[in-house]
Amino acid sequence: MTVEQIGSEGKDQFPIGMRVLAVDDDPTCLLLLGTLLRRCQYHVTTTSQAKTALKMLRENKNKFDLVISDVHMPDMDGFKLLEHVGLEMDLPVIMLSANGDTKLVMKGITHGACDYLLKPVRIEELQNIWQHVVRRKKKDRCNSGSKDKPHPDSGEAVGIGNVDNNGKLNKKRKDQNEDEDDERDENGHDNEDPSAQKKPRVVWSVELHRKFVAAVNQLGIDKAVPKKILELMNVEKLTRENVASHLQKFRLYLKRISCVANQQANMAAALGTADSAYLRMGSLNGLGNFHTLAGSDQLHNAAFRSFPPSGVLGRLNTPAGLGIRGLPSPGTIQLGHVQNSGNPTNDLSKLQSFVPGNHNTNILQGMPMSLELDRLQHNKSVGHIGELPTTDSTTVFPGSGNLVDARITGFSNNPLLGVTSNSLMLEGSSQQATSHTSVSAIGFQNGNALSDFTSIAPASNQLQDSKAGSQGQASPINCNAGQIIRSAPQEWNAPRKDAPYQSHALINSSIPINSAMIQLGQCLDRNNSIFHRTTDLDLVGPLNFVDPLSIKHGEGDNSIMEPSVIEKEGYLMFQPRPHGSHVPDNIGSLEDLASAMMKQADATVIL
Amino acid sequence: RWKPRLLECEIPASNPKSLQISKPKKVNLRPHFLLLKFAFLPGFKYPVAKTGLPLWMLGLDADRLRADLNRLLAFLFHLGILDEQYLQLQQLQDESSPNFVSEVVNIYFHESEKLLRNLRSLLMDRDFSDYDKMGIHLNQFIGSSSSIGAKRVRNVCVAFRAASDQNNRAGCLRALELLEHEYCILKNKLHELFQIEQQRLLAAGVRYPMLN
Repeated sequence: MTVEQIGSEGKDQFPIGMRVLAVDDDPTCLLLLGTLLRRCQYHVTTTSQAKTALKMLRENKNKFDLVISDVHMPDMDGFKLLEHVGLEMDLPVIMLSANGDTKLVMKGITHGACDYLLKPVRIEELQNIWQHVVRRKKKDRCNSGSKDKPHPDSGEAVGIGNVDNNGKLNKKRKDQNEDEDDERDENGHDNEDPSAQKKPRVVWSVELHRKFVAAVNQLGIDKAVPKKILELMNVEKLTRENVASHLQKFRLYLKRISCVANQQANMAAALGTADSAYLRMGSLNGLGNFHTLAGSDQLHNAAFRSFPPSGVLGRLNTPAGLGIRGLPSPGTIQLGHVQNSGNPTNDLSKLQSFVPGNHNTNILQGMPMSLELDRLQHNKSVGHIGELPTTDSTTVFPGSGNLVDARITGFSNNPLLGVTSNSLMLEGSSQQATSHTSVSAIGFQNGNALSDFTSIAPASNQLQDSKAGSQGQASPINCNAGQIIRSAPQEWNAPRKDAPYQSHALINSSIPINSAMIQLGQCLDRNNSIFHRTTDLDLVGPLNFVDPLSIKHGEGDNSIMEPSVIEKEGYLMFQPRPHGSHVPDNIGSLEDLASAMMKQADATVIL
Repeated sequence: RWKPRLLECEIPASNPKSLQISKPKKVNLRPHFLLLKFAFLPGFKYPVAKTGLPLWMLGLDADRLRADLNRLLAFLFHLGILDEQYLQLQQLQDESSPNFVSEVVNIYFHESEKLLRNLRSLLMDRDFSDYDKMGIHLNQFIGSSSSIGAKRVRNVCVAFRAASDQNNRAGCLRALELLEHEYCILKNKLHELFQIEQQRLLAAGVRYPMLN
């Protein structure tokens, strides 16, 4: 019986109704066995022919949960039947025999039998055979790597070492799950209370973030605990929860950066130029999309493909200090800064290469976070950074150049938020593609772009949902991520930049510029997590848009925030825990940037 | 003073096929329709009441029969002919399967006689050398006997298998003889058991006609 079937019957019903197939050529024993099994309230099918049994099993693989078979049968050896069943149907098989010879028992075990019963079969023994079904299902679940469901304590006989190991493994996972669940619940509770009281969201401004980074540096990334950070920062009205969630985002960002940096280094080496293919990532529904994105630039795709695996799984090792230091310099030419740092990550390089289209160092400023965080990691990309300005990115934003320029200027104000800068850029580009592209771009910006893509669609939906304000302008942003994504590739066809992130940035940037974007940002603000994630993970782009989890989280759907999502998606950069400071946080920087951009860019409505 | 007259009443030996016990729906008060073997031997003389009906037809013997049944069972356990597995069989008999024990036992008899014939033909064969085949037969015999609760038959089979494993033809022959003998004893005793059970049911039916 499959797990689903058992579930449908009602878990508490099991083992009642477990479907057993009994095979024995001796009619006496077969009748007795069938009656005993029925007395145990199992659903029994009997046959005296092994071949018939196999046929029945093959007919419908889900028809039976357990097979009991005699060892000595005239038409087919019991062990052979055992092998067949094990290979084809992977059902637990119990051997039955009058002969309890050790050699035979050993043979049964080596052939994969779950158990070996001796005739006469007693009803007490049959009452416990369901344990084999449960054990196997548990093992399957273990092997598949999915989270284990806590299964009813069966009091199974610990006969097989595997069971023990699996049990321990399961227990470990279960504990982890429970821990994470607990944490999530706690944060959720924390969130709910403050939100009920409508505490003002904490805006992680550049200054604030600078302090935060300084505090983390001082403490050391490993020892940075929210409480101490809070003390060091010495900021009023900042709660431990705010700091905690910010720290979490930051950590994830670092992880992502380091991973991305690695990959970008590889990619840069391979490609050497901006990867327009990446930019062209069209339907960003996940990793698969990458493949579709750049028909022309398969290398890039390949590189991107490589990203996700390493992506989220993080590197808390990266010294936060490195990246953090770079952050607080708003007006500086980040590019130069980055170059000095010497470890620009591929991410940065990408961004920068992307940016060059607009040949605005300011743009690069927009990416300070990413650059610097990338610094944490790895090597190379300096060269790339250097390259960036030179690449011709005019085509990057076909038609959006004007916007981009306008936006770029706005970047300087918000070095912290690569997001904002990116968003600016995105805005420019989005002009053509409407918010759709921006969303997709944002997805790009996400450390592991892939995740963004996956998140884009939901994000867009989420945005729509979260946008209670329903500002007309914002709504376009919320349009289907799919559309956005689709439009995105058109945007990026021309430029062949090796800066998917840059593209993200551009796309992202487009969003904020728009007043609607601001509103959207506000909407996102509600989803604190979005912002948090953005700042932590990828300064380049407002992950808010991209991170469905955060958005969803904002909607109070904590269940989405599961680390498992990271695993599954591979790229989704969402924090497993609902941001405790979900409410208080806000996209302050985004807003700042947006307003700055508004001033400079006459609020070109992209949407 | 009324004294029951003893009548001689021939009752044909019960046919194994008639071991199927079916509760009579209606009490047939005419004695000559009853083909039950009372007690253990045909030709048993049963007491007759004043009305001419055998006492057992009056339902007075249900308890006695039950006592007889239990006595016989205890005796068989004591001899080692049956073991507690037989009790498990009895426990499996209920309203949903009222004739379960007799069904299983009948099948056992059928299969066992087949096996015995096969074994005998194998051993009687002058060129016999296929001990493996004999081992397979014996395995089945052991399995079914133990499932029924036929302890003595099973033990003989085990000894038989041991001799067969050693390719000891003489030993196999001796074991076969013993096996056939034990099997006969078992079959007879089980027959008795079933008969008493049948009578008891009938008697109980008579006494409590509403149960039918």
